[in-house]
This record gives sequence, structure tokens and C-alpha cells, in this order.
Amino acid sequence: MTSAGPLQAVSSEPGRDALSSTPPRRRVWRIFRSYPVISITLLLAIIFGAVAADLLAPYPATHGELRDRHAYPALLGGDSDHLLGADSVGRDIFSRLLYGARVSLLVAAGTILIAGSLGTFLGLISGWYGGWVDEAIMRLVDAMNAIPVVLLALVLAVALGPSFALLLAVLSLGQWPAFARQVRAETLSLKNRDYVQLARVAGASTGRILFRHILPGVFATVMVVATNQVGTVILAEAGLSFLGVGVPPPTPSLGGMISDGRLYLTDAWWISAFPGAVIALIVLSLVFIGDWLRDRLDPTLRQLD
Amino acid sequence: MSGSAAVSLGSADVPAAPGTFPTSDAVIQIRNLRKWYPIGAGIPLLREPSHLKAVDDVSFDIVYGETFGLVGESGCGKTTTLKLLLQLEEPTAGRIFYEGEDLATMSAAGRKEFRRSVQAVFQDPWASLNPRMRVSDIVGEPLEIATTMGRSEIRRRVGDVLIEVGLNPYQANLYPHEFSGGQRQRIGIARALALSPKVIALDEPVSALDVSIRAQILNLLADLQQEHGLAYLMVSHDLATVRHMCQRMAVMYLGVIQEMGNTRAIFDSPMHLYTEALMSAALPAHPDIEREEILLPGEVVSPIDPPPGDVFMGRTPLPVDPDHRWAKERPPLIEKAPGHWVVETPWSLVQETAEP
Repeated sequence: MTSAGPLQAVSSEPGRDALSSTPPRRRVWRIFRSYPVISITLLLAIIFGAVAADLLAPYPATHGELRDRHAYPALLGGDSDHLLGADSVGRDIFSRLLYGARVSLLVAAGTILIAGSLGTFLGLISGWYGGWVDEAIMRLVDAMNAIPVVLLALVLAVALGPSFALLLAVLSLGQWPAFARQVRAETLSLKNRDYVQLARVAGASTGRILFRHILPGVFATVMVVATNQVGTVILAEAGLSFLGVGVPPPTPSLGGMISDGRLYLTDAWWISAFPGAVIALIVLSLVFIGDWLRDRLDPTLRQLD
Repeated sequence: MSGSAAVSLGSADVPAAPGTFPTSDAVIQIRNLRKWYPIGAGIPLLREPSHLKAVDDVSFDIVYGETFGLVGESGCGKTTTLKLLLQLEEPTAGRIFYEGEDLATMSAAGRKEFRRSVQAVFQDPWASLNPRMRVSDIVGEPLEIATTMGRSEIRRRVGDVLIEVGLNPYQANLYPHEFSGGQRQRIGIARALALSPKVIALDEPVSALDVSIRAQILNLLADLQQEHGLAYLMVSHDLATVRHMCQRMAVMYLGVIQEMGNTRAIFDSPMHLYTEALMSAALPAHPDIEREEILLPGEVVSPIDPPPGDVFMGRTPLPVDPDHRWAKERPPLIEKAPGHWVVETPWSLVQETAEP
């Protein structure tokens, strides 16, 4: 496109004008190329729906009319007024999606926040101090991989009863090693950089070096791990809800809704399909935003966009 | 074995460095400094662990306002010595004095003062600056840590030192990747200068730069030294740089200083065979200059558990008497001429000067 430009410009004057002033269509294209516009819009829309569920939901989320059982989505030409259909007890799928997204996002955000902070902290300590501290933390990470989180969740749920707090705790327990491992590796490579040594020459304390020099260096990694782990968390939450130790029913969650519909996949595919699609959209959006953030947070790449 | 041989060396001999002890004109005095890295674990009572002796019994002074050069091949321990001075590595043995005070027994306030007064510039200008910090934060960081200056004061000081190193204060808001290698090294120098130190340790400050820029940076360093009375410890493998910059120098081989003295004296008439060989390996200033290339037999001995005697023993072209004292024990530095120190053994000296 650009390579053909100069040839045309020599032969015809109008072509030259078209090159010198950027047409609006190309300006829009440039924005689309430098920002993940679609992902951000989608994610914001889902977050908005989740936050404003009370205002937007046309039906209550937790009880339905049995005569609406398996109502076909109105969006696809069904004769009920359930936009995305109704489930096996006649509850409105669209309304449940809004509330379900709220619960799932809350669980995911909470887990990532807890597991991310814990994992980042332990990874920093592990990589920086090395020696027996590193040894202890890394063995703990290995141990976490050997503990079946689902089984642990089942045992705890039986002992303590399923609750939101328990779900957060168990999911965080399963997630922090991913952060710790990545942050440790990054810390190891950063701590011997010349600028870290020079910070010590300038008299910087260990805390200052960790927070001013190492943490900003691993932040991009943490963001990428976080956005990628959100999908895992949402899926893990779905699995736990399916086993009855997740978000206690009848509170809707995206994962719970998928498992609700699994018995009716041939009769009423929409019960599982729509929450599945929402999960996929959330996860995909986060992956794209994560990649964009990583590039954005690296000042050496910033000039390239 | 190696342990007992080392002990006999350290305290028994007079500190092997010029001047009385402690001298009043030395800002830094390094005495019997050692850095041994343990390699593998020993077995108690049966086998002592192996040691990589990066720095083995090194002593020298840095005088106020002078440039002291440390030269040698890669792996000879010159950079480790610099890192020991900067407290980036813990010495295995030996002492470092700052203005006559032992760092090991210094008060917290004294250590702070030392941190302020001894700064560093490293070899690689790309790795020396945090890519996520603006120039103003990089240069201002030492001020933030070591002084009680406010934000605007720091900004002003950063602008001043940037001007001093030939940069524009308006460039303070840029990131390191927006500069060339030479400019980045200037930023590093500005940072080292910010606290008005007395000593700057220079670890191969120009070897990563384009040849065309080296002279500029060296001249800048010389100008700053003149203006502020800075002392430099310059570690380099480039003899031309050392000759240009340093008043005094020491030649290291395998963690041990082999020859030390005035740069001019050493270049004019090297006493140690190793020094002579090192100089003959450097390119002459003009291609028509004819000179003899001196090749030492053998290769650099591994610094892991070196022999207890003279480390140069394996490289000398002269015959070695295996029953000689210095084949079994580490020979000391001897002041052969005023201010000119050398390790003297029957096989280590350049022949003309050794036997008048």
C-alpha cells in the first residue's frame, strides 16, 4: 500500500494529496491497531452489566415461572419475552447472566488480588534472598502442585459449609504459585542488573531496591499472568460450583449456569451456551488487554506504536 | 593446605603498599584484601572445600585527586577488587580504610558518609540505567536516598550535574532508551557526581563505547577530576586508556598484584615479565613502530586452588627452581625503586633491570 504510493504520486497529483492528509478512515484504523478497542469495549460492557444488574435485569435471578421452562431465546425468534431464553426452572437466562457475571467477576477479581499480592510478595522475597528462604518458598510451590485443590475444597466445604470466603481462599491457594514462580524468575534476572548494583552503591535499602527497581520490572509480568489466570479462575470457580462447593445456589454464577444446563444440552442448548460465550468473551478480552498492557508498560517498546 | 599458607602471608608482612600506614594523603587504603569463592562443599576433617581465589592478598592506596589504574587480563580479579571496595561483595579477609577509618568497624554514620563519598560508573551504559525510570529519577536517586533535599532542590541539582556532563537539563524527562551509548554513560557519570563524592570507581568506563566517543568521555572524566578533585579507581584491560588517565597503576595476575607504581615508570621500564608481556600484546600507537612481541609459555592457570607459591611460576619463560622459597610460599611485593613495587623471584623479573 505504502510502497505503491510514491509511484502513483509521481504520475498523478491527486494521489499525492491523498497521501499527505490522513483520511479519517485510516485514523480510525490506527486507533484500532494501537488499542485493543473491541476487547476493552466488551469487557467494560460486561462489567457495566454486572454492576448495574439490579437496574438492567428484566426478571429476578433466583426464581422463575415453570410455564416458561426451556423458553426459546426471543432473540432468535422464540415467542416468549425471555431475550436469551429460560432455564429448566423457567428462570430468565439474560437476568441470570448479569447477576452471574457479577458473582464470577467478583470471585475472579478477589482471587487474583489475593493470590497476585501473595504470590508476587513471596516470589520477590524468594528471588531476592535466595538460599533457604528461596528453598522453602519454592518447596511450598511444589507442595501446592501436589495438593489437589478441588479435593481440598470439597473437604473444607463439608467441614465448614460452602461460602464465598471459602471459595476465595481455596482459589487463591491454587493460584498464588503461578505468580510466585514467574515473579521469582523475573527477580532473579533483575537483581544482578548493573542498575540494581548501582542502587546499592548509592546506599539504597533492600526495601527501596525491591519496590523502586525490582517491582516495576516484574509488574508487567504480573499483569500478564493476572489476565491469563482470570480465565483459569473463572473456570475453576465453575468446576467448584458444579461440585456444589462453589458459590452456593441459587445465587447464579457463570460456571454454575453452565453445569445447570449440562443435562439439557440437546433440548435447551442456550442454558449452557450463553454463559459459556460470556466466559469466553471475558477471557479472550483479558488476554488481548494483557498483551497490550505488557507492551505498553515497557518503555523501550512504547516508541514503536 | 592453602589455608595455612594464606595465613602466614597476611599479617606477618608489612602492609605491601606505598607510604606509611595509615598515610594522610590516601583517601582509600586497601590492605590484604581477599575474596575466595568456595566451590563445592568440603568434607569436615577430610577434605577442605575448593576455593576460587578471585582476589588474593591485594593492598594498595588511592590518593586524593589521583587516578589509580588496575589492569590485567579478564578474570584476574580487578573487577572483584572494585566490587569489594564498593561493598557489593563481602571480603573473605582484609580491610578497607576510608580516610584512615576501617570500614568494618565504622559507625553507621561513617558508613553513610562512605556511601555518599564513593560512587561508581560501570562498563555497560545500557545495563547501568533502569529502563523504567526517567533520567531525573536516575540521577536524583542518590540525592533522594542520602540527603534531605526537597523535590525542587533535587531537580535543580540534577539539572546542574546534567549540564556538567554535557547534557541538557531539558533531557531530564526522557527515558534512557532515548539516548545513545555515550550520552547514557554521561547520565551514569552525572548520577555518580550528584552527591559530590570524593572517589568514583570506574569499571571499564569506555570499553563498551564506540571508539569515536571514548576520548570525549575520558576527557570529560579528566575535566571533572580537575574541577572537583575527584579520585578515580579505574579498572581496565585497555593499556592505552590507563596510560592516558592514570598517575599510578597496578598490574594484576590471578588475583595478585604483580607490579605497582607510577604509570610512566611502569610503561617506560616494566620490571615484571608479566607486565612486559601484557604491554607487548597491546597494539602500538603507530603501525610502523616495530617491537618485539613477548609470548609467555603456558596459559592462565585456573584461579581455583592455585599453587601456594608464586602464581606467575607456571607462566615464566625462565627456569624455576622447585625447591626455592617462592615456589612454596607466596612472595611479597618489594619496593625495587622509589614508589615502584614488584613481586621479585628469580624467575619473575625482566632480565636487564633485574641484574644490573
